[in-house]
Amino acid sequence: MTVVYVPRDSAALSVGANAVAEAIARIAAETKVQVQIVRNGSRGMLWLEPLVEVETAQGRIAYGPVTEQDVEGLFAAGFLQGGAHALRHGPVESIPYWQKQTRLTFARVGVTDPLSTADNEANGGLVGLKKALAMQPAAIVEEVVLSGLRGRGGAGFPAGIKWRTVLGAPAEQKYIACNADEGDSGTFSDRMVMEGDPYMLLEGMVIAGLAVGATEGYIYLRSEYPDARVVLTAAIARARAAGWIGDSVLGSGRKFAVHLRIGAGAYLCGEETAMLESLEGKRGMVRPKPPLPAISGLWGKPTVINNVMTLASVPWILQHGGAAYAAHGVGRSKGTLPFQLAGNVKHGGLVEVPFGLTLRELLYDFGGGTASGRPIRAVQVGGPLGAYLPASRFDVPLDYEAFAAAGGMIGHGGLVVFDDTVDMSRMARYAMEFCAIESCGKCTPCRIGSTRGVEVIDKITAGTQRDQQVVLLRDLCDTMANASLCAMGGLTPMPVLSALNHFPEDFARS
Amino acid sequence: MAPAQREIVDRAIARLRDLPGALLPILHEIQDQLGFVPPAATDLLAQGLNLSQAEVHGVITFYHDFRSAPPGHHVLKLCRAEACQAMGSERLEAHLRERFGIGIHETSADGRLTLEPVYCLGNCALSPSLLLDGELHGRVNERRLDALLDGVGVKSPPRSGCGCGKQGGCS
Repeated sequence: MTVVYVPRDSAALSVGANAVAEAIARIAAETKVQVQIVRNGSRGMLWLEPLVEVETAQGRIAYGPVTEQDVEGLFAAGFLQGGAHALRHGPVESIPYWQKQTRLTFARVGVTDPLSTADNEANGGLVGLKKALAMQPAAIVEEVVLSGLRGRGGAGFPAGIKWRTVLGAPAEQKYIACNADEGDSGTFSDRMVMEGDPYMLLEGMVIAGLAVGATEGYIYLRSEYPDARVVLTAAIARARAAGWIGDSVLGSGRKFAVHLRIGAGAYLCGEETAMLESLEGKRGMVRPKPPLPAISGLWGKPTVINNVMTLASVPWILQHGGAAYAAHGVGRSKGTLPFQLAGNVKHGGLVEVPFGLTLRELLYDFGGGTASGRPIRAVQVGGPLGAYLPASRFDVPLDYEAFAAAGGMIGHGGLVVFDDTVDMSRMARYAMEFCAIESCGKCTPCRIGSTRGVEVIDKITAGTQRDQQVVLLRDLCDTMANASLCAMGGLTPMPVLSALNHFPEDFARS
Repeated sequence: MAPAQREIVDRAIARLRDLPGALLPILHEIQDQLGFVPPAATDLLAQGLNLSQAEVHGVITFYHDFRSAPPGHHVLKLCRAEACQAMGSERLEAHLRERFGIGIHETSADGRLTLEPVYCLGNCALSPSLLLDGELHGRVNERRLDALLDGVGVKSPPRSGCGCGKQGGCS
């Protein structure tokens, strides 16, 4: 019996992985060959998807990108024995893109069957949770503080400090709210974890619950991720059946329930207080802070709100210790970050590395330049609210502080690459348009400013009183940046002004 | 509201009303079954959840997902976000306009296809991406888009003189 891996990650599905799996099963049956097809997560080498792996004595041999039409040829080439073929890449773990990474959080993603509890346990699952069950809550919190883990959703707030606040807030009921509303263009690490190793996320949530005294957890998943919804729904049911979550976590007598809630297409609900409103069944409008959600969050109770990646990093930290995690990274940016290479890039995918690499290393050593083969002109780092950076900024190290000092924002670690055909005035206009579409409407600078911003940029590109309009645009951005209630209006000036400052020629074309 | 629709709304309310923050899960259930949330459901939801009609209306209209009218037979959600733009998603938008005479938020004249925008599907390394009837497709170009639409039986309307693709001719 030969084991063949065909990913079920939605990126792989989007380019035909199901048809490939069916073709392999069909031809194996016709030729009376015994194969066991495992639907794993994705390795994150997304330009090779669907990436088929065959288990051999030499390890798992990779073939990709495989189409349905390639399957017959693969059988003819003896791929079940690791045979030579144009699509063969050798042992998957010797592919440089994989080899050069430091996979802590993503160690199991792409390797295991995401829904197999046995696979999870055989590969280090539950070790962190078992340790946490034997620890005092404060000791768990201090381990996370020691790790230096910062919020991976974008803001980079120290996770342990947030947990400490919730632990110290007296209340009969507390909550863990997992922010799985990964709306930033260019990001997909949350999705890959949820589809590729959902038990790790659940384990992280349970540990968070033990640490702060919360017995209920909510996952707020965006509706744009239907495949992640399927996997998470199944994973929650199986984890409950296995006693990993529920009334007595691993037989400890400690309770932790997990509920899955689906968003409804509002980008703003990725903002933590808007997400709470949405979980409560209301319009996803931003709440003023204070009170902090850690004091008064979901239904007014102390709530830990963490991004998927933050919670998914916790099991490793408990398993190996906070100090081991903090040994990775640079400065105050500890550990690893799964960067996501997206847009016009040759080798798009997920790259988990310690903080401190430069953009250039990610874009060229991993990414291989653009998919179109043209020069890279701009990279947007950190989602739609992140800055557009020109090549002159590609050598700044990727750590939170150094990158902020260079006028950028790491955010959730997404990199969207544009080649030299991009018109940056259009991207600036789009940033304002997106803000106008997605603004919750609570504060004026964001609600009105974004619409005025589109109009002003239109006048600039049409050449109507250009110089005065540029002054007006800067003034408007100043108002939005300083007077908005949340990051939506507050950071929209970042892509707009970075485009204007780094690529002024695009605003003076007409 | 038709009796069959009313039954679906009533059943969704009865099944889910005790969930904390029940309104969104109920709206999803209604739309999953009907394809939209009938405006007449607002009153039933308000009564069932002890909310004001204004609160229910406010929630339905806040979220991009919820429709107040039935969509076409097939729904195409085209990603308009940055990563897909970097790979030419605007060409797909133009292609659909040319073939079916529809823009974003519009339905083809024969009711076969509704085009909706979506802002990121998390498939940004394989851009441009779209959801066709809830199924994700990546690395989509004009040819692949045509093949996908052919696959679900969505054909171009008969061409009129000017070739703009609008059924019944260009105005």
